Amino acid sequence: MLQDPILEIINLKKVFHKTEAVKDVSFSVRKGTCFGLLGPNGAGKTTTLEVIEDILPKTSGRILYRGQERNSSFREEIGIQFQHTSLLNFLSVKETLQTFHKLFHNPVDLDELIERCDLQPLLNRMNNKLSGGQQQRLMVALALINRPELIFFDEPSTGLDPQARRNLWAIIERIKDEGKTLILTTHSMEEAEFLCDEIAIMDGGTIIAQGSPNALISTYCNGSTIILPRYAFGTDLNDIPFTWRIREDTIEIDTDNIHAGLTRMLNLDIDLSKMLVRSGNLEDVFLHLTGKQLRD
Amino acid sequence: MSLKRIWAMFMARNYEFFRDKAAFGWNFAFPFLIIVGFGVMFGKHDIKQFNIGVFPADTPAAVFHDSTIPKSLETNKRLQFLPFAHRSEGEMKLRHHKIDLLIDKTSSSHSYWINDSSPNGYLAEQIYLASFLPKDTQWARKQVVPGEPVRYIDWFFPGVIAMNMMFSALWGVGYVVVRYRKNGTLKRLKATPLTAFEYVSAQMLSRIFLLMFTLTVVWIGSDLIFHFRVHGSYLLIFFLFFLGGLNLCGMGLVLAARGTSEEFTSGVLNFISWPMMFLSEVWFSLEGAPKWVHTVSEIFPLTHLLAAVRKVMNDGATLTAVRTDILFLIITTIIFLIIAALIFSWND
Repeated sequence: MLQDPILEIINLKKVFHKTEAVKDVSFSVRKGTCFGLLGPNGAGKTTTLEVIEDILPKTSGRILYRGQERNSSFREEIGIQFQHTSLLNFLSVKETLQTFHKLFHNPVDLDELIERCDLQPLLNRMNNKLSGGQQQRLMVALALINRPELIFFDEPSTGLDPQARRNLWAIIERIKDEGKTLILTTHSMEEAEFLCDEIAIMDGGTIIAQGSPNALISTYCNGSTIILPRYAFGTDLNDIPFTWRIREDTIEIDTDNIHAGLTRMLNLDIDLSKMLVRSGNLEDVFLHLTGKQLRD
Repeated sequence: MSLKRIWAMFMARNYEFFRDKAAFGWNFAFPFLIIVGFGVMFGKHDIKQFNIGVFPADTPAAVFHDSTIPKSLETNKRLQFLPFAHRSEGEMKLRHHKIDLLIDKTSSSHSYWINDSSPNGYLAEQIYLASFLPKDTQWARKQVVPGEPVRYIDWFFPGVIAMNMMFSALWGVGYVVVRYRKNGTLKRLKATPLTAFEYVSAQMLSRIFLLMFTLTVVWIGSDLIFHFRVHGSYLLIFFLFFLGGLNLCGMGLVLAARGTSEEFTSGVLNFISWPMMFLSEVWFSLEGAPKWVHTVSEIFPLTHLLAAVRKVMNDGATLTAVRTDILFLIITTIIFLIIAALIFSWND
């Protein structure tokens, strides 16, 4: 049985001077799920998130938390991990945690939080001496310090190396397993696919598609993509009877029928020895919907 | 309002200040170095106030040898004589205000040269002309001011302390808040139940604590060298500096309440602090300045702080005697704090 939405966004709009950053955005987030806002830089994801978090004022629209307009206790019940933020200089990790611990009415047990975010070895290290991944773990800990029910992650893994990214995802997975509701923004389809139960794809301040990752892929990109090096083509590319695109040294060919596609290319005497085949992903969905790539 | 939250931010800011060794050291070194520098310069009793060039002379010893310069000028302890081999060398120095008067020591008509645009030149000329009068001439009756004279260092010291307090308060609060807003630290704090009033109060209290700590250390350190003469109550002086520091922190918070550019804020802080420094009698007295200058100076908290502290320190004034200055500082501090809390912005 589906849970009631913990958060409902209705016709949200945010205008900066004359620039409409968020245009009539609506979606709802069910309790205990991870909801992702996926889109390229400048799509309006962070602005949408910061308006919901009450960091920025909205221009119009409604934001309902547990069915009601946000009130003064909202800030006590949410956790936020910002994309661009900084911590107080010359404070150790432990002192930073202790400082933020005192700012909330009902904070978690610090030892438990330190263990959960794997911060024990860093406790006496100064904030400005932390690596990117360590800083993000501290930021996540600060986002969890007040026992939030709803946690916002804004581009959590941006700038992290693969190892640090995996570690952070493991922490977020654990939070999800505790039944917390998560909302995250990302421009990484890998991150969205790995962490999110439901995704809203944003572009130009609006939501252009919404659903589970599998549903979006099967709706918009139900085929496969054949990837071949450019040198494999002795023939004119226009002779290929499928949608294709050039990506640096490779050519990607989309087909709904992999068997027919491969047969056709063999008939054209194309060298398939270096061929790769992959199924559709969220990046293909975005490309299909907007005609541009997520990383543009 | 939560005292627990104010305390948390107060302590966090204190940690930052005491661990930033460069900023911490400079807060003590700056006023101390200025006081020592001025103490060395003006502490001597036989300070030379006028430079008199003499030609033709190659060495200081040759200045009065075979000269027509009156003996009374030679013994004047406020004059310093500098030898020049040729007149042209002396004229060059005179033109550039390096000397105040040039004398031809061989001239039977006692020829001298001055730079008409130099105020010191006029005074040096009067001293030179007076030296030709008979030694026992009585122009007027000389009397010395009764009581213990106020030394320049005793007048100057509160000014340096107040100036350091002003820079430390305006930059330590104002500039830092803008930097925190720009790098997102304030945004992180906004995502907590901390209110703007709690935040600005914590910033003010932290800075005033640091200012009073610095004041105490610098005062004790300087007093060991210069043995300041304090005629009034130390407690009252401490209270006045406390009020003044609070006031200047409040002013810093107002200036930084919305700013997002460190460069712009720095400009605004300079725009406020430099006139305040010059018009609040930090370095020199405004006695004799036009009335409008005095009127303008009255709007600066630093003027009231310094006037009150000097009255207590140099004249032994009591709390009642400086009540107007105290009232001004209290009222403007409250106004600054309210304005800062009302217009404070967490975001850039």
